[in-house]
Amino acid sequence: MALKHVNAVVIGAGAAGGIVAKELAVGGLSVALLERGQWYTTADCRKDELRNQRTCILGNPFGPDDERNPRVAVDAQGRARIVLPSEGNYQNNAACVGGGTVSYGAMAWRFMETDFRLRSTYGPVEGSTLADWPIGYADLEPYYEKAEWEIGVSGDVTPDPFKAPRKKPLPMPALAGSRETELLRAAAKRLGWHPFDVPMARNTVPYNGRQPCMRCRWCVGFACEVDAKNGTQNTVIPTALATGNCELRTECMVKEILTDSWGRVRGVAYFDTRDRLQEQTTDVVVVSAAAVESARLLLNSKSRLHLNGLGNRHDWVGRNLQGHSYPRVAGLFDIDLYDDLGPGAGIALCDFAHHNKAVVGGAMMTNEFMRSAIQFVAKVPPDVSRWGPEHKAFMRRAYRSHASVGGPVQEMPVFDARVQVDPEVKDYWGIPVARLSGGKHPHVIEVAKFIAEKCVVWLKEAGATKTWKSIPGTGLSGGQHQAGTCRMGNDPKTSVVNRYCQVHDVDNLFVIDGSVNVNNGAFNPALTIMAVAYYACDHLLKTWKGTKFR
Amino acid sequence: MTQTPRNPRRRRFLKTAVSAAATGALVSCGRAGSQWRFFSTEEAKTVEAISERFIPADQDPGAAWAGVVRYIDRQLAVCFKFRVFRELYRQGLAGIDQTSTALFHARFVELTSEQQGAVLKALARGKPPGEIWKQVSAQQFFDMVLNHAMQGYYGDPRHGGNRDGVGWRTLGIPLTPVRGREQFDLRSLPRATGGAS
Repeated sequence: MALKHVNAVVIGAGAAGGIVAKELAVGGLSVALLERGQWYTTADCRKDELRNQRTCILGNPFGPDDERNPRVAVDAQGRARIVLPSEGNYQNNAACVGGGTVSYGAMAWRFMETDFRLRSTYGPVEGSTLADWPIGYADLEPYYEKAEWEIGVSGDVTPDPFKAPRKKPLPMPALAGSRETELLRAAAKRLGWHPFDVPMARNTVPYNGRQPCMRCRWCVGFACEVDAKNGTQNTVIPTALATGNCELRTECMVKEILTDSWGRVRGVAYFDTRDRLQEQTTDVVVVSAAAVESARLLLNSKSRLHLNGLGNRHDWVGRNLQGHSYPRVAGLFDIDLYDDLGPGAGIALCDFAHHNKAVVGGAMMTNEFMRSAIQFVAKVPPDVSRWGPEHKAFMRRAYRSHASVGGPVQEMPVFDARVQVDPEVKDYWGIPVARLSGGKHPHVIEVAKFIAEKCVVWLKEAGATKTWKSIPGTGLSGGQHQAGTCRMGNDPKTSVVNRYCQVHDVDNLFVIDGSVNVNNGAFNPALTIMAVAYYACDHLLKTWKGTKFR
Repeated sequence: MTQTPRNPRRRRFLKTAVSAAATGALVSCGRAGSQWRFFSTEEAKTVEAISERFIPADQDPGAAWAGVVRYIDRQLAVCFKFRVFRELYRQGLAGIDQTSTALFHARFVELTSEQQGAVLKALARGKPPGEIWKQVSAQQFFDMVLNHAMQGYYGDPRHGGNRDGVGWRTLGIPLTPVRGREQFDLRSLPRATGGAS
């Protein structure tokens, strides 16, 4: 039986897709929101150190499941290997209603103005496709504000002198500090730096009909036990459904986007909950499946007028895959720092996010979320044995007395860090899987080393008696911060979508998620992905009121 | 809510993905006369001895008491991801006895702690004596058992290890994973609209 025609199909109910569905449904369009995962709630909260989205030793609780969703990863030597979603080089992002926002740490950063103008600020970087965004911070400012108030963000960024201009304060105050954050705050001030409270999509007072954080430490990797962490699953998606215009279909895996004889999009083919192939016709399609899966879907949607996949006339789909490179430094203290107060990360500074003399770019620096015991096991200093009495004694001595700081270094996009579709391997539904290859730009490692040095200074000033670093390797990046594969740009020859996230040569097809990010900023990208979604929907709705994409 | 795929395509998928993922030949789970799901009685004793060297008893109990073997055995039997480790356990556990015999003329479990430590160091360095290590990487085996032992000692008790939260007690951190509640009295705050509990 044919499905009833809808105005818009949104593929992926994550950070961006949830917002798109809500904006379009409120705008009066009939929307089918397709999500390949399930809808989890607080009842699905399991504080399990071995099975969560961050430490998935025994699997991913919020998908995709290991059994049905392989990918192929190609290493630096060119060896291809099938990888499972809970393995590191899979570059996984959660597959469920809310996407990564169910289990993220919930940092809600605005990018700095410079993040949108890296190329004009620093000049070209050899071996990188570094470019400016076609839009700037000023274009997004009202939408950042909208995201902060609709999703709900707490914190206090007023002491940050490097922040971009903003009109309204954050809707909720910061949490009180923990022993660790206060120690680090005082140390940073002594160094002449500018620490402040991290903006977080987390209720600190009752907001949006939900209660505040109870300050357990289980944020990154977990669903919030008291529903105080704000994602799209507990904010905009319920709003979208309440309009009556949006139908959320979970466990629906999209196979391809269908086009008509003019090359325009006419619908999508997907496997429903019972693995039946369905065809949903529509006026406009929005792809919000995150950088790897959005690119995979476009590349899998081949037709007579789109021989290499949709939007891929100039071979840019799937290129420039990037995430963030995190240098981290741990410090050992002589005092007990463990007060068991969440969310862990709480103090940040942007003194080294940009305009460092030695390097291109930099990173926001912050302390880390919960380090569970099993995470800390592998993070002992290099001069401590990995096993035996010495290791156990060190664990006992250090676990309660360590702090860890680091930051997301923005990566220099590389043309050959890419998503393709594998010619042989297919997933459970018979759809060709993503094939990931390439690596990081070498300069990223230099920036990471530079940031790590600053972290050492910070920890030593705070009283650390010993510090040890972990510097990221040169392998491909992506993961929860995946971005870049459907670049936004003014020139169709060097980008996939225009400044409104509309695919250059298919006017009723949009890609709205981290894929469009030209670069990923010196910050966690969730709020920027949300702001871009609000911004792009404004344009989409205006066009809808005019031509209805016909 | 189809968690478990139930249609013929699954067979095709398993063929393409799982066997291609080099999971190795399907190994039989459980051995006759063994109380374990995957290990034979002797294998389990060897794993217990190895893990006890990795996390020895001191003022707090070690890996053997914590039930690390139970954790590993259970995951090898039931966890999808652990299927890839089965073959390496079978071969590596035979290999470590070959190394022990070559160095100290006895099986691993019969050695003194110092001798066991020496065998493990030989494995960690790579290329220890023993026929099996010509086909199997000793370092890979060492790292695998080390990781799993740590998971069974410091990881969540619901998976079979960390008996009575001994790993967390060792670190001096609270046992219940429902942490933080004592910090705030939630009853005084407005309740969320359904869902939250």
